[in-house]
Amino acid sequence: MKLHELTALEITQKIKARQVSAEEVLDAHLRRIEAVDGLPGRLDGDSSAEPSKVHAFITLTAERARAQARAVDEKLAAGQDLGPLAGVPVTVKDIFCVEDTPSTAASKILANFNAPYTATAVERMEAAGAVILGKVNLDEFTYGSSNESSAFQPAPRNPWDTSRVPGGSSGGSAASVAAYEAPLSLGTDTAGSIRQPAAFCGVVGMKPTYGRVSRYGLIAFGSSLDCPGPLSRTVADSALMLQTIAGADPRDATAVTVPVPDYVAELEKGVRGLKIGLSPEYFQITYLDAVTGKLETQPVPDVMKNAVLDAAQRLAAMGAEIVENVPMPHTRYGIPAYFVISRVEAASNLHRFDGVKYGYRAQAGITDLRSMYRRTRAEAFGPQPKLRILMGMYVSAAQYSEQYYNRALRVRSLLRRDFDEAFAKVDLLLTPTTPTSAFPIGGLYGDSVLMQYADQLTVPGNHAGVPGISIPAGLDADGLPIGIQFLGPDFSEDIILRASRAYEVATESESWRQAKPALAE
Amino acid sequence: MSEPITREVFNHLVELAALELTPDEAEYLRRQLNNQLTAIDDLNQVPLDPDTPVASHGVPYTPATSAPIRADEWHPHPDPAKLLKGAPEVDDGYIIVPEIPHQDLD
Repeated sequence: MKLHELTALEITQKIKARQVSAEEVLDAHLRRIEAVDGLPGRLDGDSSAEPSKVHAFITLTAERARAQARAVDEKLAAGQDLGPLAGVPVTVKDIFCVEDTPSTAASKILANFNAPYTATAVERMEAAGAVILGKVNLDEFTYGSSNESSAFQPAPRNPWDTSRVPGGSSGGSAASVAAYEAPLSLGTDTAGSIRQPAAFCGVVGMKPTYGRVSRYGLIAFGSSLDCPGPLSRTVADSALMLQTIAGADPRDATAVTVPVPDYVAELEKGVRGLKIGLSPEYFQITYLDAVTGKLETQPVPDVMKNAVLDAAQRLAAMGAEIVENVPMPHTRYGIPAYFVISRVEAASNLHRFDGVKYGYRAQAGITDLRSMYRRTRAEAFGPQPKLRILMGMYVSAAQYSEQYYNRALRVRSLLRRDFDEAFAKVDLLLTPTTPTSAFPIGGLYGDSVLMQYADQLTVPGNHAGVPGISIPAGLDADGLPIGIQFLGPDFSEDIILRASRAYEVATESESWRQAKPALAE
Repeated sequence: MSEPITREVFNHLVELAALELTPDEAEYLRRQLNNQLTAIDDLNQVPLDPDTPVASHGVPYTPATSAPIRADEWHPHPDPAKLLKGAPEVDDGYIIVPEIPHQDLD
């Protein structure tokens, strides 16, 4: 097997067994990136450049990575203990600060920002021996489900079909893992931003419980919703990475003190005795019809539904009890509540970008401080941040907040209650991850409402704070990956990973498991 | 379809948001906002019991799962010059900004 096709677990085992050096592993991944990634995203870049390349990266930090790989090799030579991620190449969504590297949020307003410190999740991976390859692209400030809104173009493309989006907002993360540029990536999930691109790119992506992973050093979007988490090609690799990044952090008061279990040790324990629920509300989507302006409800495509039912059957055969018709009555309200809550939080978080302390400052036509603020934000925010700021201002304004913001927060209680009541009856819920497979580039971009509905089956988990995962579950008729999702109660990541691993074992001999994106080198 | 966010309301929001927009950008953003409000209006279909509380976050925080609140103490940053490196304009350790609008008091 080629070195760039190894999993993270295999890489650390081979390095520790001295079968390969960390530097050789790094070189193999750098060669792969050179072969398939093409131009990195840059400001004013051409969105249509090199249409058969992946374009996952904004900043490749090869020298920094080499220093880290050499440090692993030197430690091994000196007989010192290596960390659990020793020599594993990792990409990082460019929404995390990494000291002395550009940390752009895929926005012009931070294009010149070199972070003065490192995010906790990255710092923990580095301490565990990981080799950070660099920063990968995303929707501007994570605001999107396709990566098309990045100010750094060309934006990432789906490795399975480069005319399609990789999903988002952790699109560069999912694309880099699917394209074998790295076995692991660190993403974030505010409405589905890890799980949806993982489903679109045929990889594993986990949104941990809110508070399971520190948000220190994460450029904030929706502070009550944002969750850092892993993307990988195997369930075991996500378990390994989560193990490293989870846990309390004195620099983030919302990072909980709940002990972190040994996720990897729990993986092979199977699903015997687990109750796994199916909910009718997760087999349909409700969306605003662009033509009629009315809400329409449709079943999810058969291929999505059948993937879930097939998984349920396989898990039942392994000893799980399948419980049908678990009611989740408020699921459809996840998106409208999100349109309110996330916008209020985003508007608040985006006020810090003002051209004063860091980032872009407009130069021309400035008469005073206020005009500098306005001009800077006008020139350097793209349409998606502007939309979120304006909506956040509107729905939280004194005269409207009762009607919108407070109502949405109360609906959020009901979304949480749906999960509390479901998890009183079942251990996990099994659902489709997305209502469609990857859509064509340009297919939805510009319609901010339809784009948001891509997250309909993932966003309720963010409102409730519960953990979820998307795992690959086959290919559709166009050869595009589809994902299935497990959701569980607070801090049930160990059980979610176990069930995901059981499904992986149950489908080991399926032909789609052997399929790989056909990328021209 | 009625538009809750009229041009007048929109212009007020733009002012509050400290933005400036071109006419094309303004028209696109205003249309998107009104479309989003139509989607948000679906929340009115939810029957809300007066006792339904607001949830500012999903996962409950209890003393058992939360770190104790830190003492409110300041600590010097080890390298303030490094923080200032990111500022667009600095002079002798101070961040420089354009003139701050003000009114002289009598």
